[in-house]
Amino acid sequence: MKPAPFDYLAPTSLADAVEALGSYGADAKVLAGGQSLVPVMAMRMSRFDHLIDLNRIPELDFVRHEAADVVIGAMTRESRVGSDPTIAENVPLLTDATQYIGHFQIRNRGTLGGSLAHADPAAEYPAVAMALDATMHLVGPDGSRSVSPEEFFLGPMTCCAEDEELLHSVSFPVWGPGSGFSVQEFARRAGDFATAGVAVGIRVADGVVDKAAIAFFGMASAPVRARELEIELVGQKAMDLDFQEVGNQAVAHLQPPDDIHASSSLRRQIGAQLASRALSTAVKEAT
Amino acid sequence: MSEHILHLTVNGEAQHVLVEGRKTLADMLRDDLRLTGTHLGCEHGVCGACTVLVDGAAVRSCLMFAVQAHGSQVTTIEGIADADGGLSAVQSAFRECHGLQCGFCTPGFIVSIESFLDAHPDPSDEDIREGISGNLCRCTGYQGIIKAVRLAAETRAATPQDMSAPDDAVSDARVGA
Repeated sequence: MKPAPFDYLAPTSLADAVEALGSYGADAKVLAGGQSLVPVMAMRMSRFDHLIDLNRIPELDFVRHEAADVVIGAMTRESRVGSDPTIAENVPLLTDATQYIGHFQIRNRGTLGGSLAHADPAAEYPAVAMALDATMHLVGPDGSRSVSPEEFFLGPMTCCAEDEELLHSVSFPVWGPGSGFSVQEFARRAGDFATAGVAVGIRVADGVVDKAAIAFFGMASAPVRARELEIELVGQKAMDLDFQEVGNQAVAHLQPPDDIHASSSLRRQIGAQLASRALSTAVKEAT
Repeated sequence: MSEHILHLTVNGEAQHVLVEGRKTLADMLRDDLRLTGTHLGCEHGVCGACTVLVDGAAVRSCLMFAVQAHGSQVTTIEGIADADGGLSAVQSAFRECHGLQCGFCTPGFIVSIESFLDAHPDPSDEDIREGISGNLCRCTGYQGIIKAVRLAAETRAATPQDMSAPDDAVSDARVGA
């Protein structure tokens, strides 16, 4: 299989990449790890006149602890995200999620920014970004802007980046002491996209929940938070939580997709079970 | 459409190739360098048969464009055995444990497992299953392959490793595994 012909560009600086995007706009596509884009091109589901490869831009590959955030460059490989000690210590939810992404060969090429910008509703990183209220930093010829995950993920395979923009980096807030995290997912085979999954964060102070985040993936057209339930959880005693009941409530408002992999109601049952498991794991870690 | 001259090292040899931008690394290795040990099964990143090492990292060569490997060190299945043809510990273990039947998926498995064992010298059975989950075999089944990984790990542990320049003693030990 061969992609349709394209003009290949490999800028070595962010400025050159932005300039190229500015001049080609909708006729160009940026190439990150290529683990989703290259198959799409090979099957000719997409074609572009210009392919702008970001793999030779070192300034997009970094992990930095800045004040209350860990900032990660968009071209940081998943294998590095999964093994970086700064991330493991400060944003363990990302470390936990990485093990579920594809296989190690995929993670050796795939990037944090590529996964987020691809916006697959069943992918792990978008749900982690959603759960942690990350900030996505975009760059284009008219300057840079920062958006929330809710603004960033518009729907299946669709993010808010304009044709001339690229994802530069993402800031993940550090939750600090007393917090626990867990990613749980169900897939029929190791490395497959999730039938359903959830990313959970809980922070406990003096035995009482003071912060909670529950973000599902594979359960809607984009990652989705259980916000009302999170608000209810805050102020409750961590030890008194009925995880099964909370898991059921977490999926009550969802209308999960119905496809050959699972019916909508099976997804809801799996989601409830996973949420219950993730909450219990996170609470155990936090207390 | 663009054409590019790329310079890279494949199995220790310097290579210079003229490629179209859209040519995959797998196609370049097979068509231009005639290194047909790298197999193409699905050509969209699912089966793992085309796995090669790029700068030491195991990757799907069907999901990289050849031009992206400019300046890189690539190792294919042809570069896994010793220069004198002695099998690596992983290759010997596959023969020993019936880790292959038709052999189509084998190059991808071998390259992946070499890299997996470098990172996990003493893997549990669960680690092994996870480690080979990115490669599909459609005839032998996986039990023999899992046994082979276990044996290869033992052989490697019992053998002083010098990856850069294996001496005769190392090659002999590997063959006799």
